Amino acid sequence: MNAVVTAQRLPVISLQDVSFSYEGGIEALKRVSLRVAKGEKVAVVGGNGSGKTTLAKHLNGLLKPSSGKVLIGGQDSSRTSVATLARTVGYVFQNPDYQLFCTSVEEEVRFGPHSMGLGRDDESALVERSMKLMGIGHLREQSPISLSLGDRRKVAIASVLATSPEVFVLDEPTTGLDTVESAQLMATLDVLRSEGMTVVLITHEMRLVAQHMDRVIAMSEGSVAFDTEVEEAFSDSDRLRRCKLLAPPITVLAQRLRAQGALSKGAATPLQLVEQVVRVRGERR
Amino acid sequence: MRAFELTKTRVRYRGSDILALCDVSVGVDEGEIVLLLGSNNAGKSTFCRLLNGLVPHSIPAQVDGAVEVLGRDVSKTSVARLATLVGMVFQEPESQLFCMSVEEEVAFGPENIAIPRAEIISRVEWALGVVGLSGYNARPPSNLSGGEKQRLAIAAALSMRPRLLVLDEPAYALDPAGRTDLYALLRTLRERYGMTIIIAERDAEELTELCDRVILLRSGRVVADGAPSEVLSRIDEMVVAGVSPPQIAHLSALLADRFPGKTRPFFTMGGAEKEIADLVRTSGGDAP
Ligand SMILES: Nc1ncnc2c1ncn2[C@@H]1O[C@H](COP(=O)(O)OP(=O)(O)OP(=O)(O)O)[C@@H](O)[C@H]1O
Ligand SMILES: Nc1ncnc2c1ncn2[C@@H]1O[C@H](COP(=O)(O)OP(=O)(O)OP(=O)(O)O)[C@@H](O)[C@H]1O
Ligand SMILES: [Mg+2]
Ligand SMILES: [Mg+2]
Repeated sequence: MNAVVTAQRLPVISLQDVSFSYEGGIEALKRVSLRVAKGEKVAVVGGNGSGKTTLAKHLNGLLKPSSGKVLIGGQDSSRTSVATLARTVGYVFQNPDYQLFCTSVEEEVRFGPHSMGLGRDDESALVERSMKLMGIGHLREQSPISLSLGDRRKVAIASVLATSPEVFVLDEPTTGLDTVESAQLMATLDVLRSEGMTVVLITHEMRLVAQHMDRVIAMSEGSVAFDTEVEEAFSDSDRLRRCKLLAPPITVLAQRLRAQGALSKGAATPLQLVEQVVRVRGERR
Repeated sequence: MRAFELTKTRVRYRGSDILALCDVSVGVDEGEIVLLLGSNNAGKSTFCRLLNGLVPHSIPAQVDGAVEVLGRDVSKTSVARLATLVGMVFQEPESQLFCMSVEEEVAFGPENIAIPRAEIISRVEWALGVVGLSGYNARPPSNLSGGEKQRLAIAAALSMRPRLLVLDEPAYALDPAGRTDLYALLRTLRERYGMTIIIAERDAEELTELCDRVILLRSGRVVADGAPSEVLSRIDEMVVAGVSPPQIAHLSALLADRFPGKTRPFFTMGGAEKEIADLVRTSGGDAP
């Protein structure tokens, strides 16, 4: 699907000419304009310090633009409380320790839905489902800060998930997770997405982007360097390099094989590439 | 000379009934670049902490078997003494940063071992330069982005010019170009200073060409130890150990399964390209 066309449908998030400077004068966002439509799966990528986390904190009103406008579910973020915006956008911090403060895992996960004043039953259902999706039910009694990085990360994700946001923004959620856990998280995001949730994933893991995301927004020095659908994002290696990015090996290999006419389509995983080879051999027979 | 030698080493943290490392025997020569690969709880961080004496000197644990680093028995060498030989980048860099400015953070180590002022200044500039943080000198570390903090933690270890450099998941928060830059830097450090380098990671994707050797850990045990092209091609073993195989090596194995006898194993992008082009060109006669 064309990213630009999708974004014109029903934007849940809209940034118009947003600039932002931290105290001390670092201009971390420079005239950023973008729209995210309901149900999109968007990756935000780019070099260290390019403004991804700063951008993410604008999506839920934690930071307010120095100039320009941020609309979240139609509400101007500069005039709406963070608590209200949190009903629309859930944000999982890059560092889970900035987010965890309760004495038990269950209490942590319950905090968000509880403060939103849902009924007791709804609240418990959301808490249980989030803990189940993140596979942390067995940790419910434990203190979050005593856990390994990977488990703290999962608790942080579950506690935001439990507020059942329309838009789920995750800032490098796979750091601290191992391969199996990252794959599980990505599968969970796919499920949530199929239920209509909008997913914004900030990550340095290009393999996950190639496999799971539809649209890629690349940040560079505070500006949007490009905003395209995923295949196109990985097609221009010079542009990627300027943005401190690299396409995953299989994506590059598939591109090379297509260029020499050996394959007719791209591939994002080794298995997809094998299937391509099987198909092409079948056709040539 | 040996950079370090673990002989039948076992580690059990105080209060735990799990062996974090179990009968690990590994010897590494000076100048080697070694990848320590394993999933969560495999024992990577424990292995790293043995090398700078943090285990057992600062984190109480029972350590059986010998641990020798640059000819010294770690059990009889202080953490302070080991810090002059072994540089460490910790897994969660934020926990490692405590100074008021980027510059102080990088100067901290060398100041503690009484390096002359002029030398410290030049090392700080060098270390900030190689990690891409030139000009960040006066910034408070707490205000850096995640990846910038990671880069600072690496610079702080480099300014000590250690003989043995241990990096516990250094790619953690780095952008993709930053990872390749780091690996190129590590190679230069080995060439220029003969540094021995140990990198713990749960993913080998971009490391296939950097390291001389890969040690695969699973539940505290060494399950494979050899050349990257050998260990990283053992796909089943990697999957059992919970780490994802490099994509190209994985592809090679999948193709060999799907087209038995028709492909030769490959490990590089170039090798893959040639092999698959041949496979497509010679279509015909496949079992369905
Ligand atoms: N609290 C702060 N005060 C001042 N400057 C900051 C602060 N947080 C971030 N910055 C600066 O703003 C810029 C953008 O930072 P941001 O955290 O948005 O980057 P990022 O793209 O998320 O990077 P990373 O990939 O390393 O997480 C960087 O130059 C950073 O040093
Ligand atoms: N300080 C500690 N006290 C008690 N047990 C510990 C401690 N640190 C680690 N362990 C345990 O030792 C085993 C090995 O852990 P270690 O941290 O070395 O693994 P790792 O490979 O670094 O994992 P990760 O990828 O999660 O960082 C695990 O079972 C872990 O729970
Ligand atoms: Mg960030
Ligand atoms: Mg570890």
